[in-house]
Amino acid sequence: MHDDTIAAIATPPGEGGVGVVRVSGPAARAIAARIFRPLRPGPLRPYRLRYGHVVDPESGTTVDEALLALMAAPRSFTREDVVELSCHGGPLPLQTTLTLALAAGARLARPGEFTMRAFLNGRLDLSQAEATLDVIRAQTSAGLALAQAQLGGWLARQVRAIRATLLECLAYLTVVVDFPEDEVAPQDLGPQLFTSLAGVTELLRGAEQGVVYRQGARAAIVGRPNVGKSSLLNALLRADRAIVTPVPGTTRDTLEETASLDGIPVVLVDTAGIHASDDPVERLGIERSRVALATADLALFVLDAGQPVGADDHAIARLAADTPTILVLNKADTAGVEPLSTAAPALDLPRLLATVRTSALTGAGLSELTTAVARALLGGAPMASAEARLVTNPRHRDSLRRADEYLRAARDGWNAGHPADLIAGDLTAALNALGEITGETVGDDLLDVIFSRFCIGK
Amino acid sequence: MEHSYDLIVVGAGHAGCEAAAAAARMGCRTLLLTIDLDKLAHMSCNPSIGGPAKGHLVREIDALGGLIARVTDRTAIQIRTLNESKGPAVQSLRAQCDKRLYAQVMKEELERIPGLDLRQAMVERIVPPHPQRAVATVPPGNGTGAAWMARADRFTVVTHTGWTYSARALVLTTGTFLRGRAVTGQATWGAGRAGEAPSVALGEDLAALGFPLVRLKTGTPPRVHARSVDFGLTEVQHGSAVPVFFGHYYAQAPDEGLAPSPLASDAPPAPAYHGPPAPVYPHPTLDGWRPQLPCYLVHTTPAFHAIVRENLDRAPLFSGVIEGVGPRYCPSIEDKIVRFADKERHGLFLEPEGWSTHEVYVQGCNTSLPEDVQWAMLRAIPALRNVELMRVGYAIEYDAVATGEVGADLQARRMPGLFLAGQINGTTGYEEAAAQGLMAGINAARFVRGLPAVILRRDQAYIGVLVDDLVTKEIREPYRMFTSRAEHRLLLRGDNADLRLTPLAHELGLVDAARATAVERRREATEALRATLAGHRIYPSATVNTALAAVGIEALSQPMSAAELLARPGVRYDQLRSALAELPAAPGHVADLVEVECKYGGYIARQQREVARMQRMEGRPIPADFDYDTLPGLRNEARQVLQRFRPATIGQAGRLAGINPADIAILLFALERTRASGPLQPRQETA
Repeated sequence: MHDDTIAAIATPPGEGGVGVVRVSGPAARAIAARIFRPLRPGPLRPYRLRYGHVVDPESGTTVDEALLALMAAPRSFTREDVVELSCHGGPLPLQTTLTLALAAGARLARPGEFTMRAFLNGRLDLSQAEATLDVIRAQTSAGLALAQAQLGGWLARQVRAIRATLLECLAYLTVVVDFPEDEVAPQDLGPQLFTSLAGVTELLRGAEQGVVYRQGARAAIVGRPNVGKSSLLNALLRADRAIVTPVPGTTRDTLEETASLDGIPVVLVDTAGIHASDDPVERLGIERSRVALATADLALFVLDAGQPVGADDHAIARLAADTPTILVLNKADTAGVEPLSTAAPALDLPRLLATVRTSALTGAGLSELTTAVARALLGGAPMASAEARLVTNPRHRDSLRRADEYLRAARDGWNAGHPADLIAGDLTAALNALGEITGETVGDDLLDVIFSRFCIGK
Repeated sequence: MEHSYDLIVVGAGHAGCEAAAAAARMGCRTLLLTIDLDKLAHMSCNPSIGGPAKGHLVREIDALGGLIARVTDRTAIQIRTLNESKGPAVQSLRAQCDKRLYAQVMKEELERIPGLDLRQAMVERIVPPHPQRAVATVPPGNGTGAAWMARADRFTVVTHTGWTYSARALVLTTGTFLRGRAVTGQATWGAGRAGEAPSVALGEDLAALGFPLVRLKTGTPPRVHARSVDFGLTEVQHGSAVPVFFGHYYAQAPDEGLAPSPLASDAPPAPAYHGPPAPVYPHPTLDGWRPQLPCYLVHTTPAFHAIVRENLDRAPLFSGVIEGVGPRYCPSIEDKIVRFADKERHGLFLEPEGWSTHEVYVQGCNTSLPEDVQWAMLRAIPALRNVELMRVGYAIEYDAVATGEVGADLQARRMPGLFLAGQINGTTGYEEAAAQGLMAGINAARFVRGLPAVILRRDQAYIGVLVDDLVTKEIREPYRMFTSRAEHRLLLRGDNADLRLTPLAHELGLVDAARATAVERRREATEALRATLAGHRIYPSATVNTALAAVGIEALSQPMSAAELLARPGVRYDQLRSALAELPAAPGHVADLVEVECKYGGYIARQQREVARMQRMEGRPIPADFDYDTLPGLRNEARQVLQRFRPATIGQAGRLAGINPADIAILLFALERTRASGPLQPRQETA
C-alpha cells in the first residue's frame, strides 16, 4: 500500500460535457471532505452519488457544481480509497478542482500511476498489467518524440547549457570542500549564478506563459452599475471573431463567456450579469465583485470616464487589492472626459498593471485592452520567445519552478557569503530539477568536471 | 593446537583488523592471519587519517565500536580541523600519525580482545566448502606437495608452511598483495607493499575460483631524510591549538583501556583525551593536550617541471609499462604536470612519518619516474636542494575483484560465507578499508550465527553510501569517499555519528551498555537544551542588550527566543550563556550539536523531507535469486546490468547506470507478481 494520495484529471483533455477528477490513497476521504460541500449534510457513504459543490476551503468560494462518488478500499480500482468528482468539462473548472485537491494534500499522479497502483495492490491481473505497461512506455517515448518534434530539442539544449555552467560552479564548491589542502584559485561564482538564474527564469517565464496559452485564465469585470461592463464584455466578444461557446452553467450568479484574447482563452466573468431588484444595488455589486475576484487571475476594473471617482469605486478597489488589475476608463467617447492621469492615482490599487481608455460603443481602445490583458496574464513580463512559450508541459514548468527557486537560494547564499557546502546543496537540487527535464542526475559527471578542471589530489 | 574457528580473516590491514575485532567482540572465535605481525594496519602510503568524508567514516567506525579512531588519537603526531568555515556537515579532522607506533598500538588493541587469535602466515590456498568432500591439491611449486579434503560446510585455508585452518566464514582483505607489481622507471618487481612479497598464489586461486579480476593502480611518493631538508625555506603548518579527537571519549567505559570514565561519577563528561601512556615516544598526557609535530609546505619550481618533462619518455605511466587504472584524485606528479601544463607550481607537503624517525613523506609527489629523475627533480626545489631520498617513489598495480561480485552485505555472490573488504573491492584509503572491514566482520559474524545481514542506508551513514556505491557503481578507478558522494550529508555529520550508530552497535554487541547509555544521555541532554532554548524568550531591554554587547552579540530590536538568537551567524552558546546567566550549563558535545541544529535547522529539515520522499521506493527488497531472464519487456541492456549487480532493493536498482524509470516499473510489476504467486524470501535488512 502506498502512503501518499494521488490526484489527476481522469478524462481526456479538451472540452467535454463532464470531466472527472480522481483522487486515490489514504487521504482521499479527507481531501473530499475539505473541498466538496454536499447539498445535504451527512457523512459520505461508499457507492452513493452525492450532489454538491466543489469549494475553495480557504476562501469559501464555489468553484463548480459536482457529483461525488466514493469507492472505499479495497473495493475500488486501485484497492485504495478512491474519490471521483464529476465536474463540468471545461479545462478551467477541472484544473481548479485538481489544484484544490493538490492543495488539500494530494500529489499529482504520474502517467499511468493509477493503473500501476491497481496492479501493485493486486487489482489487475498480469495481462492487464502488461498492457498497461505498454501504454506507460508508449506515453514516455511518444511524449518524448512529440517534445522533440515540437521544440526540435530546443528546451533540452537550453537546459543542458545551463546545467553545464552550474556543474562547473558545483565542481568548484565541491573541490573547495573535498580538497581543503589543495591550492585552488578562489572563484567568484556570482556572474555564473546570475547568468544561469536569468536563463532559468526566462525558460520558466516561457513555460508559465505556455501553460497560460494552453489552459487559459479567468478575468473578472468589476465596477459600479452602469459603467458599461456588459457592453465592454460584448465588445470584447465581438472583437474576437472566433467566439467560444458560453461555459455551461458553471456558477449561476454571474455570466461567463470565453473569448480568445491575443490567442489566450480568457473566461470573462461579468459581475453585472444578473440583477436582483429587491437587493440593494451597492451591496449586491460588492458581493458579486468579491466572489468573482477571488477566483480570477485578473480584474478589469471599469470606470465611467465621464464620472468622478466615488465611494463605491474605492470599495471595489479595496476588494481588488490582491488581484492584478487593469483599469478600464470606459465611455471615453462621451464628452467631459476626466483626464486619464487622475483616475488611477485617486484609487488605491496596489496591483495596478495598466490603464486603458476604451469606448465599447465605437470600439476605440479595444485592441489596446486586449493587448494589455494578454500581457497581464503572461505575468506582466515581456513576452517570452516563441520557442520558450512552446514549453506547455506542466511537469517541465514544475521542474523549472524548483530549479528557479533553488538557484535563487544558491545565488542569495553566495552573495551573503554562506558556507560553500550549503550553497552546493542548493545547486545540486537545482541541477537535479533541471535534470528531470533532460533525464540526467548529478553523479559521476560532477567528478568528471572536477578532475578535468582542477589539479587536485595528493 | 586449535585449528578450527568460526571465522578467519586473511590480511591484517585496516580492513582486516576492524573485521577481526568486530567479529571477536560479537562472540566469534576469530583468527587473524597476516604476512607480518609487525605491520598490522600498516600505512604504506601517507601516515594520515581523516579529511573530509574520510574523517566522517572514522567517526562512524568509532561510533560502531571500531578501532581506527582510538589508534589514531593515541598515535597522532599532528591533528587539526579542516573546513571550519565551509558548513557544519563537511568539517572534519585530519591527523598525521606515527607510522610505526600506529602498527604497534593496533597490535596492542587486538591482543587485548578475547577470542581473537593473531598468527603470522602467508595464505597460499583457499579451499571453499564442497558438498562432496573433493580432494583439493596445492599447485606445484608450493613445496609441500600435500592435498586436503574439502569440507562440506567449512572453508579451509592453507598457509605457506602447509598448515591448515578451517572456519565457517572467511573475510578476505588482501589489499595490494594480490599479484602486486611495483614499478619505478624501467624497474618492476613483484611486491605486496614496498619491500614485501606479493600474494601471487592467492590471486591465481581467486581467478581459479571464478572471480573476475580487474587491474588497478596506485602510487606513492619518495621519502626523504629530514636532515637533508632546509626547513628555513618552507612554510610551517601547525596542528590544532585546541584538543580535538576522533573518538567519542565522553561515552567510553573505564574497562576500555582509558582513564576512569567520568560516567562513573556524577561529574559532567570531560571532552579531553584520557589514553594510557604510549609504550614509547612522547605520549599523550592524561588530562589534556600534548605536543605535536609541524608539517611543512614547499612548491615545485620551473626547473622541477622541466626535469619531469624531459624524462617523460622514461615515465612508465606514459610509456605503457603500467596498465592498471589509477585514481584521478590521486594523480602522480608527472600526470599533474602534463595535464595541467599551465599551472606554474604544485604544493608538496613534507610530513614526518613519526616521532622517532627522520623519514619524511613528500605528500603530493606520487611518482613512478626513474630513481635518478626523482633525485634530480626534488633537488630543483630550494628547500630540498641537498635532499637525500631514503625510499624511492613507486607505482603499484594489483588485482581487485570486479564490481557486482559482492552484495551489500560484502558477501561474495558466487561463494556464500566468503566476505571481501578493502582494496580487493576496488576502494582506496585506510578509512574506506576500515569501514568495509568493520561491516564485513559484522556480517560474517551474523552469517556464522545464521542471522540476517546488517546493511546501513545512504541516509544513515557514510558507510552506507560507501557500500551502496560499491554494489551499484562500476569501478573504473580506485574508489575514494568524498562528501559530494553523500546526498544526505547534512544528516551525516561528524558530530552526530554516535547518535546515528551507537544504538545499533550496542544491539549488535559491539559496544557495552554503559557506552550506549552515555550516548542516550547525550541525545536527551541535546533535546532538553533545544527545547529550553526554543521556549526561552529574550526581550530587548537595555540590560539584555548591554550584556549581549559585552560578549560581542548585536543588540536585539524585538523579542526572540534564545534558539533564534543562537541561529544568528557567529553566535556561540558559551557566548550567549555568559551574557544570559539564566541559560543552563551544557557540555561542549551537547551545546555544539544544538548550535548546529539551530543555525542550519532549515537546511537539515529539507534534507530530511527528501529522505522521507526517497525511502518509499528505496526499501523495497528484491530477492537475491530474482530471475531477470524470464522478465518480459525488459530491455537487454537493463537485463545485463541487473544480472551483474543484483541490486538488493528497488532503490539500488534505480541508481544503477543504464537503468531507467520504465525498467523500474517493469521490475515493480514483476515483484508484485512474484509476491502474489508465492512467498518471497526477501534479502534481510536490519538497520
